Amino acid sequence: MQGTDFTIAEGLRALDRREISAVELTEAHLAGIAALNPRLNAYITVAAESAMEAARASDARRAKGEGAALDGIPLGIKDLFCTEGLRTTAGSKILGNFVPPYESTVSAQLKRDGAVFLGKLNLDEFAMGSSNTTSAFGPVENPWSRANDPEKRLVPGGSSGGSAAAVAARIAMGATATDTGGSIRQPAAFCGIAGIKPTYGRCSRWGIVAFASSLDQAGPVARSVEDCAILLRSMAGFDPKDSTSANLPVPDFAAACTRSVRGLRIGVPAEYTLPGLAPEIDALWQQGLAWLRDAGAEIVPISLPHTKYALPTYYVVAPAEASSNLARYDGVRYGLRVTERESDLRDLYERTRAAGFGAEVKRRIMIGTYVLSAGYYDAYYLKAQKVRALIRRDFEQAWEKVDAIVTPATPSAAFPMDEKQDDPVTMYLNDVFTVTANLAGLPGLAVPAGLDAQGLPLGLQVIGRPFDEETVFAVGAAIERAATFTAKPQVMA
Amino acid sequence: MSYTLEGSTGTWEVVCGLEIHAQVSSQSKLFSGAATTFGASPNSQVSFVDAGFPGMLPVINAECIAQAVRTGLGLNAQINLWSRFDRKNYFYADLPQGYQISQFAHPIVGTGVVEIALADGTVKKIGITRLHLEQDAGKSQHDQHASKSFIDLNRSGVALMEIVSEPDIRSPEEAGAYLAKIRQITRYLGTCDGNMDEGSMRADVNVSVRKAGEEFRTRCEVKNVNSVRFVMQAVEAEARRQIEVWEAGGTVEQETRLFDTARGVTRSMRSKEDAHDYRYFPDPDLPPLVFEQSWVDELKASLPELPDARRARYVALGLSPYDAHVLTIEKETAAFFEIVAQDRDAKLAANWVTGEYFAALNRLKREVSDSPVSAANLGALLDLISDNTLSGKLAKEVFEAMLEADEPPASIVEKRGLRQVTDMGAIEAAVDAVLAANADKVAQYHAGKATLFGFFVGQTMKAMAGKGNPALVNEVIKRKLGAPSG
Amino acid sequence: MSLDAATVRRVANLARLRLDDAEVPKLQAEINGILGWIEQLQAVDTEGVEPMAGGSPNPVALPWRADAVTDGGQAEAVLRNAPDREGEYFGVPKVVE
Repeated sequence: MQGTDFTIAEGLRALDRREISAVELTEAHLAGIAALNPRLNAYITVAAESAMEAARASDARRAKGEGAALDGIPLGIKDLFCTEGLRTTAGSKILGNFVPPYESTVSAQLKRDGAVFLGKLNLDEFAMGSSNTTSAFGPVENPWSRANDPEKRLVPGGSSGGSAAAVAARIAMGATATDTGGSIRQPAAFCGIAGIKPTYGRCSRWGIVAFASSLDQAGPVARSVEDCAILLRSMAGFDPKDSTSANLPVPDFAAACTRSVRGLRIGVPAEYTLPGLAPEIDALWQQGLAWLRDAGAEIVPISLPHTKYALPTYYVVAPAEASSNLARYDGVRYGLRVTERESDLRDLYERTRAAGFGAEVKRRIMIGTYVLSAGYYDAYYLKAQKVRALIRRDFEQAWEKVDAIVTPATPSAAFPMDEKQDDPVTMYLNDVFTVTANLAGLPGLAVPAGLDAQGLPLGLQVIGRPFDEETVFAVGAAIERAATFTAKPQVMA
Repeated sequence: MSYTLEGSTGTWEVVCGLEIHAQVSSQSKLFSGAATTFGASPNSQVSFVDAGFPGMLPVINAECIAQAVRTGLGLNAQINLWSRFDRKNYFYADLPQGYQISQFAHPIVGTGVVEIALADGTVKKIGITRLHLEQDAGKSQHDQHASKSFIDLNRSGVALMEIVSEPDIRSPEEAGAYLAKIRQITRYLGTCDGNMDEGSMRADVNVSVRKAGEEFRTRCEVKNVNSVRFVMQAVEAEARRQIEVWEAGGTVEQETRLFDTARGVTRSMRSKEDAHDYRYFPDPDLPPLVFEQSWVDELKASLPELPDARRARYVALGLSPYDAHVLTIEKETAAFFEIVAQDRDAKLAANWVTGEYFAALNRLKREVSDSPVSAANLGALLDLISDNTLSGKLAKEVFEAMLEADEPPASIVEKRGLRQVTDMGAIEAAVDAVLAANADKVAQYHAGKATLFGFFVGQTMKAMAGKGNPALVNEVIKRKLGAPSG
Repeated sequence: MSLDAATVRRVANLARLRLDDAEVPKLQAEINGILGWIEQLQAVDTEGVEPMAGGSPNPVALPWRADAVTDGGQAEAVLRNAPDREGEYFGVPKVVE
């Protein structure tokens, strides 16, 4: 087995048994990056030297018997997490050559647990997108391709496209990502890997470039449900520096992966059967439910009546919060500054922001600014937050009847990079199954469950009660066991 | 009599409300752990949160909440057990996040009322609309460089209490008295030091004018006025400007202005956010602020006595309203007075503190906080008057000596032999000598010139080196002279 | 709700985004498309519904921090990334008030 074949769980065992060293693991992944990143463009910044240094330190610790939970595991870090001393871009030109003087809480905890950082992973600019085609550093290519059209480059999904592609192509053993409307789950599904957005408040947002504060959550992507559980254990936890951080103990998520699902009630929301849902997706969904039934779970039809309003609700709330969160990118204290000889302060702002932000970010800032502007707050933002409360209530009522909800993760498999996108709304529809969990603050996991007719991965989604990631992991792992998804992408280290 | 201004078309009333920004006295800022002390070197008291760096998040300071509640209690206001922070979005160089965290829809403190005392003796109630917590902005300096402004973010994120009055103010005097009152209350409570020259307290003055009986007309806001005197001047200057506009047939436009202290007029501010569209929405980084009534009650129970209550108590002790007012303007003065007056004649104490003592402070350019004499020693001096050891005049001499070195008065009396003479034999001897030496004056006195009595008293005191007990001296002279005839 | 070009410019102003004349029509069309799609929210009956406060699935209250100086004293780190650093200050084009 070569260094890039291990899952995290397998890697930790191999490290502990001295079958491989941290240095060898890191070297293998750095070699993979050197070979494949020019094509995939999953990494914006590769930190080879510091990764090797960290790997050596990890081996030294292990030799002394001092290894921590993730010691020696090479990970990629989505370039939305501020990493101290390592350039952070948020996939945008506007941060210029910003080198953070601080480390995000989530990445600091991974470091504390001994993980090795390979580099910063590409993403849609400011996490706004579902295709990783809006990055200022170029698009990311999905390591999977269609059987009948292998030259056609496909998107990995977004916004955490770099994270998902890197893990799928085995040039990272796992990666951090963030999810605001589906940005962990949708790319995980498009790349045939697992990913979880935990409950809002489970992971700290401190040091993560903010997009939409009431929706953003950090989470892991990895090649197995168990790996996600291992990573989430290190990433999660109360942070007094984040006023929305939940003051709750972090359970042993990995242990939950082996829990039986016998007797669990699995909800199937009627409203997720969209008109025109691709038959393959529907078939996989039914297959997933059958697997769970076979494992002893009870399948319960439920209704989440306000589902169809979730996407428009999201596209009021998220841009509104983003328009405010992105006001700080003004060319004054860090990042890009664009001026002319005769610039005044206002001109500095306008030129810097026009030059620094891409088209999708500008669109969302404009929408957000508009819906908050005088006279429109009640009709848009306030209205959307009320609808959001109704969406949350739908789930609260469902939890009286079921313990977890299973739906498709995406309405399609990965689509081509050059598919024309004249209408932003079409792109937004990619998140139709995932946004509800963000709006309601619930944990949501994507697990690869099958392949479409073109051999592209399709995923299922498991949604759970607030702070009940354990049940989500149990159901996800059960699907994973039954699915026996062993297909591999065409591009792989 | 109410304040009015005469215009060419008639008599105008002034309507005014103040929004006072008071920096909260606390160790660290409202949402970050950086320090708040004034005068630190630039950008040395700045957390990455205050500087609006990517991924930074606010965490609220418990003491700032308590200080706002204390102030609200001091304003006799409604304390809201549930309140919320909103973002006020605008772009400015001293606002790193591109928004200010404030409270718009649901402030921590609701309606209240304060009383102000005016020169003519009337007491007027001024309504408080609300008090809310918000972040202060950084500071821009425009005069250090030809083409650049320099930004210092030390002040960015310091907690402010914004205290909004009802538009109940009707004159410059009332505006000044109201600002002074708010300042006094926060200083008493220790919630804001009120140092207007350091910018701890600033006022935005809203002014409009109207003819008697009219509804409110358009108002303008004069921003960042930083003294009581300037507030009073700004109210008048802006009122006069608006009257001119109306009387010329124009319309007063709602706008933000600044007070030019040198020229005594207000002028329009250039290029402030045009449409004032702040796009307020609840800050998603901050869940609602919630506390229990029992906590508010605890804070209330431990509040220091407020100036109005203290003044009433002094009047009940027998002080004149004027003295009571003067002694309670500053909490430190009142505290000093109370030590002096403890178990003593309150009126005597008040006379000495507001008289000799204040005069000495003025002369020596000192404050009560660095008093040249201790309250205990001043009190001891009063004891020496009360037990007749010293006459009033001697006491003043002793006091002067005390100003040089804060010694207990008893030891000064001993050292300098300033004890008052009450021995009748000595007094009689001195009086006899004076009367004998001034027989001509004695005759004049008996012929009807009663004012010479004072001359005899003066001469006797001089002969006794000022140490004669005045009452006894008077009594002896009267007896020896007999009544004046005529 | 449909935006005219003037409103698009006003919103861009508020957001401090410089727009060329050429950009306005496309942006206007895109934004109007999105807003048209959002309109469907008006159909939802939200009478008596409390808006969701932030993103927490369960209601939470603001946690408080003790009043102590735990931060700052790092002028170098604060100024290090500045595009125009003037000694101990951030430099910006001069603002006239």
